[in-house]
Amino acid sequence: MGSRASTLLREEEIEEIKKETGFSHSQITRLYSRFTSLDKGENGTLSREDFQRIPELAINPLGDRIINAFFPEGEDQVNFRGFMRTLAHFRPIEDNEKNKNPTASEPLNSRTNKLLFAFHLYDLDRDDKISRDELLQVLRMMVGVNISDEQLGSIADRTIQEADTNGDNSISFNEFIKVLEKVDVEQKMSIRFLH
Amino acid sequence: ARPLGGRLWSMLLCSRPGCVRGTWEWSYVQTPYIIAIWLLVASVAKILFHFSQRFITVVPESCMLILLGLVLGGVVLMASKKQLYQLEPALFFLFLLPTIVGDAGYFMPARLFFDNLGAILTYAVVGTLWNAFCTGFCLYTAKLLGVIDERVQADLMDFLLFGALISAVDPVAVLAVFEEVHVNDTLFIIVFGESLLNDAVTVVLYKVYISFVEVGAENVHTADYFKGVASFLIVSVGGTLVGLVFAIILGFITRFTKKVRIIEPLFVFLLVYLAYLTAELFSLSAILSMTFCGIGANKYVEANISQKSRTTVKYTMKTLASIAETIIFIFLGISAVDKSKWAWDTGLVSCTLVFIFVFRAVGVIGQTWVLNRVRLVPLEKIDQVVMSYGGLRGAVAFALVVLLDGERVKAKDYFVATTIVVVFFTVMFQGLTIKPLVKWLRVPRSTSRKLTINEEIHERAFDHILTAVEDIAGLQGYHHWRDKWEQFDKNYLSKLLLRKSVYRKSELWEAYQKINIRDAISVIDQGGNVLTSARLSLPSMASRASFPEVTNVTNYLRENGSGVCLDLQVIDNVPGAKVEEDTETHHVLAENLYKPRRRYQSHYSRHFMPLGEKERQDREVFQRNMRSRMENFKSTRYKHHKKERSLKKRRGSDTKDDGSDKPRRNVSSQDKDPMLVPVEPQVEKPLDPEKEEDVGITFVARKAETPKQRPKSVPAALDGCQSPSAVSPTLSSEASHLPWKGSVGLPPPCVSVEATKIIPVDLQQAWNQSISSLESISSPPAPAESVHPRVNALSRLGRSRPTSYTPPGSVVGSTSSIGAQVSQGFFHYPEKKKEEEEEEEGSTLQEMQPLMSSLWPPSSGRTRKPCVYLRSLVIPPPPGGSEPHSRGPTQL
Repeated sequence: MGSRASTLLREEEIEEIKKETGFSHSQITRLYSRFTSLDKGENGTLSREDFQRIPELAINPLGDRIINAFFPEGEDQVNFRGFMRTLAHFRPIEDNEKNKNPTASEPLNSRTNKLLFAFHLYDLDRDDKISRDELLQVLRMMVGVNISDEQLGSIADRTIQEADTNGDNSISFNEFIKVLEKVDVEQKMSIRFLH
Repeated sequence: ARPLGGRLWSMLLCSRPGCVRGTWEWSYVQTPYIIAIWLLVASVAKILFHFSQRFITVVPESCMLILLGLVLGGVVLMASKKQLYQLEPALFFLFLLPTIVGDAGYFMPARLFFDNLGAILTYAVVGTLWNAFCTGFCLYTAKLLGVIDERVQADLMDFLLFGALISAVDPVAVLAVFEEVHVNDTLFIIVFGESLLNDAVTVVLYKVYISFVEVGAENVHTADYFKGVASFLIVSVGGTLVGLVFAIILGFITRFTKKVRIIEPLFVFLLVYLAYLTAELFSLSAILSMTFCGIGANKYVEANISQKSRTTVKYTMKTLASIAETIIFIFLGISAVDKSKWAWDTGLVSCTLVFIFVFRAVGVIGQTWVLNRVRLVPLEKIDQVVMSYGGLRGAVAFALVVLLDGERVKAKDYFVATTIVVVFFTVMFQGLTIKPLVKWLRVPRSTSRKLTINEEIHERAFDHILTAVEDIAGLQGYHHWRDKWEQFDKNYLSKLLLRKSVYRKSELWEAYQKINIRDAISVIDQGGNVLTSARLSLPSMASRASFPEVTNVTNYLRENGSGVCLDLQVIDNVPGAKVEEDTETHHVLAENLYKPRRRYQSHYSRHFMPLGEKERQDREVFQRNMRSRMENFKSTRYKHHKKERSLKKRRGSDTKDDGSDKPRRNVSSQDKDPMLVPVEPQVEKPLDPEKEEDVGITFVARKAETPKQRPKSVPAALDGCQSPSAVSPTLSSEASHLPWKGSVGLPPPCVSVEATKIIPVDLQQAWNQSISSLESISSPPAPAESVHPRVNALSRLGRSRPTSYTPPGSVVGSTSSIGAQVSQGFFHYPEKKKEEEEEEEGSTLQEMQPLMSSLWPPSSGRTRKPCVYLRSLVIPPPPGGSEPHSRGPTQL
């Protein structure tokens, strides 16, 4: 499979992905082989079913939401480029990136983009607000059945109340950033990709 | 031991001077007496150090204690020519060390620890081995080169042994120093974790070398080295396993302690200690065992045991650990004064100091370099500096060196002296300078900040996201395994080790409750000056889940941010009879008499702890103050209502006449002070049943105190409002009116200014409505009905919430006008409003009753009970066929 991966992935494509996502060459080829192994249809794109076949993802409470995050709006196929773009959110921020020229376009793994990824998991209707219902849905997924609707409701209310500064009873992205400003998002939303 | 009488007798008989001394039975009490005195000295010393706040911020306590030990040692030495007190290895390893390690293990931040486990293990194992070998070999080289004096009779094995015991970073010293430095969590956990986990390495190296020294270096075969490696695995893995086994036992036992809460803390101490002793028994790593027992058991134990037990465990552990640490440092100081024990060699001392420092630094830098290729968050240069500099040696090294056999290790005295110097140097010099160093390097400090509910939720979400991304990317990384573990824990371990009731609770819910409790406490702490419309959620809220009508309460809570919510767990009590009268009397007395400090305790029980007298007193004072404030306030409002009130008064007395049992209450309140809310006693009743013996914070009422009242509140709580918290607009005021309740543990919750701001608009509307409705009352003739807080909940059942608090005194139609008023911006800030409310309640009391029925939707007949009950307490029930069941309770 490794050989197939390298044949299908052209050098210039790797270069582009490298530039866009910041992954190293070896990381890209490694992830490409993962991509192809997920791609049961062998058509160079992944469908939702391809993701759902990952057994661990089936038990992940937020699995479906995260799968959705891989797909651009309205599409049900994702190519390797898109796959890498999504994964790039979780690349740790490296030292040399910290002091980068602020005028340059923001890398995918910036703090804001990491937060935006999380925010979109909640914000199902993409209105840039987490409404109470949206929050409740996510909470319900995460806590399972051990908790009553009322309890969950009061948690959701409190959460919104805590974050909501403009009184619209929902959490906007700015409020989301604000409420997590003390959290080490750079660390808590990063995983180590093998080199 | 002879009976005390006998000894006294012999003392009396012995009339010769000097003989009395002999009959003091010093030998009889000696050991415990000396221990107690030492504890006392150590504790007093701590107090004295902390007198000077500025001084203690510069000089770490451990330094002061060592200095004190030096002084005391000098005194003892001069007095008796011989050092009587030493840091005995047995005392140290069996009693002092476990208390510190137990505390450290039990309160170890588990997530942080496991997040950094890789780094910790590397430093603990590789780092310690590196230090031990390098120090040993280099000292031997120095000996060969003649830097170390000839008198130091030691060969390679001796130096390696010495290197092993001197190279381990000491948990006691690290804790003592780092506790005051407040470096960031990651840095702290790495240094501290290393100091705990390197115990296995130290123990093995020490024992292996001891055996090598005993058989002689020439008799050591290659196989023995492999045995050494094998024994390292056995000691470390075995110690860990022993700890985990005890953790499971501990978790399992605490599942069943519901009936014997008072001994819960004991189990924690005993089993954690037994984990240590058992490991020691099998020559495994006792520190590892205890640490893992603590880490493993903490989650389950904390969930199982009661809040009070949690506090007890925490305080006792901290107290013991603190005192053990104090004694260790003092004894280190004292032991250093004993000249007979040590022999000085400048070469050895200086070489050791240089080597341990250099190798520590080199080791840290080398390992960090490797680790940083793997770590998500690399360790910065300044972190490495602090880690190198924070490699403190301490009492473990000292106790180990004292344990050496002087016969076999000829240079023991030199080693003792060197160890003492090393320990003193690291603890005192490095301990003293690490704080300025950390400041100078601008090492990120820890922020002791509690997570908000948002952070709790989103961080959980982050965990799930990362796990999913790892799975998608096909990486079997840290999150993958953590998730696997959590699944396992949830499916098997928690099921086995947690109480059913606890197991069913969601962690998030727990976190939510903790946050609420914290808020509540901070609100109370800010206390006093703000009248309370506090919406606090109390921990016991979870129990409400079992009630079908929770929704209202939760809605209410939701609308109010978090509401005062009391535990309903005990709600299903059987109604008793004839409580009202007692209650009434009790209340009249209790409310109007100032309760002086009680000098006696009314009962003693080994199984329950009485509420602190001081607390009760404070509460009383607070309530009195509140009330007087309210009266003041009333006087300003008084004019406003004069007319109405006179009307009411008349009516009130009328009703009184036909009232059978309760008129008293009204009389007193109306004649003397119409402002007092007369019906308060009932208000609190619903709280009583909700009390659980295991309440974390004081403001949950207890059932024990008013068992008889429970009956009434049962329907109330069940039907009317799931929880008194639902009632909150009046609850707090009622609390302040119920001094006798106060003793039950409900200080009026107060709201800080911040707290009020989170009260949503619609609550304020409700507030305004209630007030304005009261104001709008012209003169509705009616018998009194208290605005029982439950009314809110009741009416809420039937109708939209904003009207719910409309006191029944207003005609139903008037609600709309109220609404209008509200919308016109009729607004009071909560404190004022509240007071008004109370006042209004008092003044409109009489008019409300008939209206209640019209307010209540007919469908909520069941829910009316509580109110009727209230009314029945206050006044004879008026004739009214509309509420047939409600009168039920009155007739009891």
